[in-house]
Amino acid sequence: MTPTAVLLSLCYVVAASLFILCLRGLSGPETARRGLVLGEVGMFIAVVGTLLHKDIIRYDWIIAGVIVGSAIGIAISGWIPMTKMPERIAFSHAFGGLASALVGVAEYSREAERLTHFKMGALGLEVFLGFLTFNASLMAYAKLQGLITGAPITYKGQNFVNVAMFIGALVLLCFLVFDPLHPAVFYAICATGLVVGITGVLPIGGADMPVVISLNNSYAGLAACATGFALGSQILIISGALDGSSGFLLSLLMSRAMNRSFTNILFGAFGTDIAPTQGPAVTKAYNEATVEDAGAVLKASQSVIFVPGYGMAVSQAQHAVRDLAASLERRGVDVKYAIHPVAGRMPGHMNVLLAEANVPYEKLFDLDNINDDFARTDAVIVVGANDVVNPAAKKDPGSPIYGMPVFNVEQSRSVIVLKRSMNPGFSGVENELFFQPNTMMVLGDAKKTLLSMTAELKDGGH
Amino acid sequence: MTAEWVFNLYVFMLATFVGYQVISRVPPLLHTPLMSGTNAISGISLVASLIAAGSDHRLSQILGFVAVTCASINVVGGFLITDRMLRMFRRKPGASASTPPPGGAPAKQLEGVKAQ
Repeated sequence: MTPTAVLLSLCYVVAASLFILCLRGLSGPETARRGLVLGEVGMFIAVVGTLLHKDIIRYDWIIAGVIVGSAIGIAISGWIPMTKMPERIAFSHAFGGLASALVGVAEYSREAERLTHFKMGALGLEVFLGFLTFNASLMAYAKLQGLITGAPITYKGQNFVNVAMFIGALVLLCFLVFDPLHPAVFYAICATGLVVGITGVLPIGGADMPVVISLNNSYAGLAACATGFALGSQILIISGALDGSSGFLLSLLMSRAMNRSFTNILFGAFGTDIAPTQGPAVTKAYNEATVEDAGAVLKASQSVIFVPGYGMAVSQAQHAVRDLAASLERRGVDVKYAIHPVAGRMPGHMNVLLAEANVPYEKLFDLDNINDDFARTDAVIVVGANDVVNPAAKKDPGSPIYGMPVFNVEQSRSVIVLKRSMNPGFSGVENELFFQPNTMMVLGDAKKTLLSMTAELKDGGH
Repeated sequence: MTAEWVFNLYVFMLATFVGYQVISRVPPLLHTPLMSGTNAISGISLVASLIAAGSDHRLSQILGFVAVTCASINVVGGFLITDRMLRMFRRKPGASASTPPPGGAPAKQLEGVKAQ
């Protein structure tokens, strides 16, 4: 080893430990920012060290790429609103996947004659996972953004086609491992990755997006890992494994929070065949209430719990929630927030939005920490949440969400539901909560309703 | 003498276990910053992209350039946006101090809290 190579390896060792410390910092909000700085330092050391690498003989393309990429990165992170965070995360997984895939293609075109069996296998996995992540993340982005319908898209034999393509790619890869000098086969693997990325996400509904985004996170990490195996670079293997295990753990947590298995989410096409025989519930009676009615209930309440859902993000109502909470607190009301793990479109979505609106994080409670409090609570305000407050998940074995842990919202004295209309939510499941005698439905845009409720509290006085 | 790829498999296995252990300590409160933070870290494929872009092979340079661009977006954007998010998570001075912070981390006063 040359002295430069030793120095480079040491840089990578330092960077890898800093990455682990960075993630460790994220175990609490007090240490998180300091941890992130360690991660930034680690990345800086790794990148600067790499510039010493013996295989780098020219810097023009590198400088151009870093400048363009950094400019785009700064622009996106500076201007994107917090409500668009799921879209931005989906997009960044696409970039990560594409970077790994292109590195794989470049490596193959440069080194095809010198590849060992093992490296060829790693390269094949890298481009397959990379292109799959790229398209799957773009699909997730398109579904989140409403460019294509958020509802599952299914056709006959869909699962068979997807599995067949997956296995086909593996067969091609085995062939290539034994005889790497077949560019056509290599590019066929790339193409299959791209196609599976699209067809694999089609049958997954919008409400399952937290799992899809976490899985893409995991795949992007695994693609980086495969890059590491192909290039013999331990820093890539370590960082990719950290990213991969993080995405995997998050997907596990998300599917557990929905009481559904991975396979069910990937192949289930949830929300399609909910038979219309579920009953003509639309004609059932419900209490439509005005803002004044809701205000009267709040004025008589000592304790209030907010349950935010995806609807809060859609109508960007987090600041309005905070304002209403503030005016309730000024009246001496005890205010808490109940955050379901799968509320919103990505893990932790609601927490970030409420943090943006300056809600102190001690007031945000997980399912387990708040579910016993509902019975002792005067009023619950459901802001654009649906499945996570559906009592059918506890009572109705025929419901598609049966078994999912949900908030015991119906146990509180009165429930105020802010909802755009009486249409069933994203999953297409009817919600019995809306028809209970102690539930008031305030229909309309959540943000407007919240603002008028705040005004109502001020006007009404004590 | 262990082959390089076996050695690398060991590295992968250990890093996966460490990652799993470390990340299972992250509270749901910080799951979005976790995703965007690990995304920035997985921008480490920038290292591989640099080598592709800096080679003497034409196709490799072009693909490497695009890869460097994508990876830089993730590294720079990922760290900036994670920091922007983490800055928002704070305790209100004077807010009910009866409940301990989620995650059970000892409530040390560190630089991260008092910034802004």
